[in-house]
Amino acid sequence: MALTLGAPGTRPGAPPQGSTSRSRRRARERLTVLGFMAPALAGLLLFLVYPLLASVYFSFTKFDLINPPQWVGLRNWSFLLHDPNVRVAAYNTLWLVVVMVPARMVGALTTGILLTRFRRGAGVYRTLFYLPALAPPVAATLAFVFLLKPGTGPVNTFLAKLGIEGPLWFSSPHWAKPSLVLLALWGIGDLMIIFLAALLDVPQELYEAASLDGANAWQQFRAVTLPAISPVILFAAVTGVIQTLQYFTQAAVAASVAAGQAQSGGGISGTFGYPANSTYTYPLWLYVAGFRYGALGYANVLAVVLFVVSILITGILLRRFRTFLGSDR
Amino acid sequence: MTAPARPNAALFFVARHSLAIALSLMFLAPVVFLVLTSFMTSQQSLTSNLWPATWHPGNYADVFAKTPMGRYLLNTVLYASLATVFMLLSSVPAAYALAKLRWRGRYAVFVAIVCVMMLPPQVTTVPLYLLWATWGLTGSLWPLILPLLLGDAFSIFLLRQFLMTIPDEYLDAARVDGCGEWRALRRVVLPMARPGLAATAMFQFFYAWNDYYGPLLYTSENESWWPLSLGLASFRTLHSVQWNLLSAATLLTMVPIVLVFFLAQKAFVQGVTLTGVKG
Repeated sequence: MALTLGAPGTRPGAPPQGSTSRSRRRARERLTVLGFMAPALAGLLLFLVYPLLASVYFSFTKFDLINPPQWVGLRNWSFLLHDPNVRVAAYNTLWLVVVMVPARMVGALTTGILLTRFRRGAGVYRTLFYLPALAPPVAATLAFVFLLKPGTGPVNTFLAKLGIEGPLWFSSPHWAKPSLVLLALWGIGDLMIIFLAALLDVPQELYEAASLDGANAWQQFRAVTLPAISPVILFAAVTGVIQTLQYFTQAAVAASVAAGQAQSGGGISGTFGYPANSTYTYPLWLYVAGFRYGALGYANVLAVVLFVVSILITGILLRRFRTFLGSDR
Repeated sequence: MTAPARPNAALFFVARHSLAIALSLMFLAPVVFLVLTSFMTSQQSLTSNLWPATWHPGNYADVFAKTPMGRYLLNTVLYASLATVFMLLSSVPAAYALAKLRWRGRYAVFVAIVCVMMLPPQVTTVPLYLLWATWGLTGSLWPLILPLLLGDAFSIFLLRQFLMTIPDEYLDAARVDGCGEWRALRRVVLPMARPGLAATAMFQFFYAWNDYYGPLLYTSENESWWPLSLGLASFRTLHSVQWNLLSAATLLTMVPIVLVFFLAQKAFVQGVTLTGVKG
């Protein structure tokens, strides 16, 4: 099509384009694309393709930071089946996926719906609800460890005034994970903004039609809102699960700060999982296995497993890719 | 348009706003308690009193005097700003090629980039750590800064999505005028994409500012390279700091983020109004 219009950059009076000049132009276009993409393509090779292949290879070897890899066959992989730590870590991560992801989605959706009910003041409320999502994870975790301090923290002080003896929160094996969920709920602002945009996109006529048919608020939500925003909900679910699979910072910091002086050397990783391994997530165990115990071969087994799980979950999204990302042409 | 004296309407109005105000208070409470504690004496911060008996704004200066907060802050600023500049240099051209140039394989590359974006960082941690160790750069923040010269998956994704919304007609006009692709990108696309660039730069800056896993991995053995995230998490045990100073330090790490957000929020609104005028 470009031929009949004159290719970009051809001067008037230039000789009619033959096949040589066309292929030369093609070559130049390809060079331009390569110029634009070269850094990113090199990045994909160096920081994705290489480490993935290396990870698979390393998972069949035994080595640490000093000794070079030594082939050990399936030994690391069979250890995976007998590793008590990975069972605890996988359980904790799964617990967080099952509780934290839905809790965040329900919280974000309800606050988002509440915001659509305002004609005035929505902007102020939206900013107030959103701001905690900006707090750096380390800072937010510190704030919550303080807020939920068992003896003298503000929350338990209030509960005591009501005559309730508050739980030990981050210092109790039963309450540590729910405390992390509370922390995650505090930062639902980003998800809320995404849901709010989707909610505001639902055509108003649909609600009017439904209400003419006598649908109450709940029926309208089920019949109109949910179907209209379902792609966004699926997107949020998939990204939420992926984020939770890599849940590291909050668990590490909460454990370290709640454990306080009880730290037993070995840097911060010495307190991972406090109390009683209840906050030991899968990525924490990967880090400790590789960089504290120096079992780098085995850490790669954990990495390959994590890769397979996340690519399967991403696959759910990719199958409906065009719905989310728009068609390419 | 206001509803004719329906008794329910006023009730709903009050209910809505009370609910929203209650929620606002819950969202604000953690920060309010931090602020109050940051003005207490060390001794009082050990008690269950919520209101400072006497106000000590000097705590904020003490944080810098009693801990290496200044160095942490410097490291964080270095990490976040270099990461942002490098990301823009490498990712904007890539996003442009994915959104505005036609070539075979671009969709496959785009899908690959989305996959990288979704990948937990722990998956590639060990091989990459070894790579940086061979290059002698572990123990510093460089292993986290330098890769951004080779594109960042999330930023490329976000920029590409944004560039897709710029109509091709502007570009075609520039090309007919004899602009090469580089000039078209610089002269036509970048000015139009400013809000998108601002948003992407902000995400990158915040990511680096908040990053804890990366610095823990590469710098935990070398405190001179610690950023705020790492320093803050170790304050209590390393510098036996009480909650009043820790609260002050925690708030200090939040302030720049909130400031940047409010500054750029303006840029967003401006960008939106500009496109509104043009459209």
